[in-house]
Amino acid sequence: MKGTAGNCGDSIRSDCFVSVEPATDPGIDIRLVSKVEVLYGNAIRSLCLDIFSYFRITNALVHIDDQGALGFVLAARLEAALKQVFPGDREYLPQMTGSSQSPTAKDRLRRSRLYIPGNSPKLMINAGIHGADGIILDLEDSVAPDKKAEARYLVRNALRSLDFGGAERMVRINQLPLGLEDLNAILPQRPNLILIPKCESASQLAEVDKIMDRLLPDAGFPVHLMPIIESALGVVNAYQIATASKRVVALAIGLEDYTADLGVKRTTEGRESLYARASVVNAAVAAGIQAIDSVFSDVGDREGLKTNIAASKALGFSGMGCIHPRQVDPINKGYDPDQEEIDRAKKIVLAWEEAEKNKLGVISLGTKMIDPPVAKRALRIITYAVKSGMLAANWREGNHD
Amino acid sequence: MVPEMVNGRKTIPYQGVDNYKPEGVFAARPVASCADYPRDGNKQVKDLKEALVKAGIKSGMTISTHHHFRDGDLIALRLFAIIRELGLKDMVWFPSASFPCHAPLIDYLEDGTIHHVEGSMNGPLGRYCSEGNMKGFGVLRSHGGRYQAIQDGEVHIDIAVIAAPTADTFGNANGLSGPSACGSLNFALADSQYADRVIIVTDNLVPFPCVPWQIQGNNVDFVVVEDKIGIPEKIVSGTTQITRSPDRLFIAELTAKFCETVGLLEDGFSFQSGAGGTSLAISTYFGDIMREKGIKARFARAGSNQFLVEMMEEGLVEYILDGQTFDLEGIRSMRENPMHIATSPFTSYNYHSKGNFAGMVDIVILGATEIDLQYNANVVTHSDGYLLHGIGGWQNCLFGKTVILPVPLFRDRIPVIVDEVTTFCGPGELIDVIVTERGIAINPLRKDLLDRVKGSALPIKTIGELKEEAERICGKPEKPRFTDKIVAVVKWVDGTVIDTIFQIQPPHQTNN
Repeated sequence: MKGTAGNCGDSIRSDCFVSVEPATDPGIDIRLVSKVEVLYGNAIRSLCLDIFSYFRITNALVHIDDQGALGFVLAARLEAALKQVFPGDREYLPQMTGSSQSPTAKDRLRRSRLYIPGNSPKLMINAGIHGADGIILDLEDSVAPDKKAEARYLVRNALRSLDFGGAERMVRINQLPLGLEDLNAILPQRPNLILIPKCESASQLAEVDKIMDRLLPDAGFPVHLMPIIESALGVVNAYQIATASKRVVALAIGLEDYTADLGVKRTTEGRESLYARASVVNAAVAAGIQAIDSVFSDVGDREGLKTNIAASKALGFSGMGCIHPRQVDPINKGYDPDQEEIDRAKKIVLAWEEAEKNKLGVISLGTKMIDPPVAKRALRIITYAVKSGMLAANWREGNHD
Repeated sequence: MVPEMVNGRKTIPYQGVDNYKPEGVFAARPVASCADYPRDGNKQVKDLKEALVKAGIKSGMTISTHHHFRDGDLIALRLFAIIRELGLKDMVWFPSASFPCHAPLIDYLEDGTIHHVEGSMNGPLGRYCSEGNMKGFGVLRSHGGRYQAIQDGEVHIDIAVIAAPTADTFGNANGLSGPSACGSLNFALADSQYADRVIIVTDNLVPFPCVPWQIQGNNVDFVVVEDKIGIPEKIVSGTTQITRSPDRLFIAELTAKFCETVGLLEDGFSFQSGAGGTSLAISTYFGDIMREKGIKARFARAGSNQFLVEMMEEGLVEYILDGQTFDLEGIRSMRENPMHIATSPFTSYNYHSKGNFAGMVDIVILGATEIDLQYNANVVTHSDGYLLHGIGGWQNCLFGKTVILPVPLFRDRIPVIVDEVTTFCGPGELIDVIVTERGIAINPLRKDLLDRVKGSALPIKTIGELKEEAERICGKPEKPRFTDKIVAVVKWVDGTVIDTIFQIQPPHQTNN
């Protein structure tokens, strides 16, 4: 019997492949081949011994083929391989680092959320440097079916060790019911948000909610939910899904699966998904939460991405997914109001506040009439601009100079 | 520690930047008489073997080759096969650089055909040397240092074998056309001027005159025609790809932003950029900023490539001063465009020239395997102690006005910023800025730059903070262990010895 975990091959970096077998002779026999042997060979061996001693395993043969994996990756791979031959409930958890924590709030900015495959450590390590509002460690589509279990250990350790650079710590779990197992491993690590793929009904949210209530009894920290609507049925039930749990802070749409469900081709202009996108935005707004758009899958097409963001913003979405770090910056900028919008909003808000002081219901600015909805929209832009750092919180003071 | 003698010559230890000034006169080869050469100018002989024999090849001689064919070179191997066939021993190979394709020469080092290599040793040859298998010391020189060593007589070349993509029977040669076109041939310039005997080997013989004559036939003894002297697809190798790594693109963009913020990107500026993926990305980000600001660069010093050529043809760059050409577009441009000029180590780098171009460049982008807290850097060994890269023009380029090293904070767990570099190749006083994906460190000597980033949004950190961050992520690495056997020395640009490389201690195989 042999447990294995990890990846190997010429293109693999910052990862390792590990196998663990029970041995008849006492001792942990470590066969290490590492490209960083000279610098970290002893550190790797001592980590390995520490893990086996933690699990009270005394006889084992361990092969490690290491391509420069960091400690939390080695630990995840060793534990995943070891549990296959020595099952048990104990967990070997790396220390939770301060830089792995991020601020979160129900209505924080969620312009860009960067997908990182849950079994690819190389892509995780610097995920935090790109300025994404959220980083999604993905256990679903980017992880092969036979790698689901080991990815769970890796994502768990990443949540404790990675520097997220202030981005919201998100995890996309698998479709239910497999996703419920993911929750057991992930929730104790205090992710900020869980994405639930292929949501079609409110009852799925209820299931997730139940587990969360059990695992997070004191709720000392919030864990938000973002259901992803990826089917015709999901679109029909969007509002029920959006309001099924108080933990839901945003509703996302996944267009690859949605168009597959319709049996149509996904196009750049997206006419085939207009109804679905508008429905999701409408449901989200009705539920008082954010609407988040699907990913733009052609990384090389910078112009196409820009057009797509503009269209998405115009429909009422407040963010979209990123499949490559180079998409983060254009997406952040794309959903931000531009300077012209902010300047105009400032004028409107000031004029409106002045009007309220004078108890006027409707006023005009230039040739345009300003009524409550116009003022409300302007105020939203101002609030947003302050939140994203484009405008100082005390902007009114400067305006009176 | 620096050895007193290297390969039978007395050495002078490194004395600091610009402090060592040797005296004496330039070296020279024996006087030649044109009466000894065919009056009709035809110097062609049957084959390389005949040329070598006629050149008087003997055991123990120093034979040079150039590296313009990079990993597609066929001539060095053919040369030493002939030398072995002639039963000669203890040759010194003096290449301008070596590549992985030269790994078979390890056999020749083993059987005594080659005594040692004086030149950069990359990949397998570096490993062989690091493990203490070579008889003499490896001597690593910069491109400028190689010219200097030839010119002041530290290295005397007995026979130079110059592979030439195009040549005439008189020996005029260039790299601009032919099946093995490589652009410039100027890494062989000193060899052609100072070697006792010079052999041109070409697979594209043209009638006299072969112009332009990057190598002048007046310096050439024999011309040989061979079927194939290089592998074209490896001459213009795949190095000229803009990186797709998100982290490296991020570093490249940050580097460009830094240059813009501190005011280095102004109309008429100059930059030097290599052909590595990050360097190329930086050039393209420069291009974006230049277009936006409506400025252009007076010149770029390069290893040229399609991206730089595009910038020149778009009008963003006026001149390309080209040391080596990395792809077909670079070669075409050099052939067709008078503003794209082949430079040499003499014009660009040489310590014995009356000045050189390296110091005139505003922005210099370079790499490093390690950088220490004093900004000293290493380019030849890895942190595990193995000799794996040559110096190239790196040391010479340090004399540019602002030297920037864009590097990842760590590579596959190995921190780049360390307490002390494994091999000291470049003094920190010449290195100004380190750009990593997690912050930018500015050498405290550059108070002007520190002033100019004040109030900017750039992530400025101290080099100590960067080192701590790397160690927090990767863990503190152990040091490699060496024996006390010297395997190679690293020269500074003036010919002094700046550091010594020792034999690697084989890793202990503990299995606990």
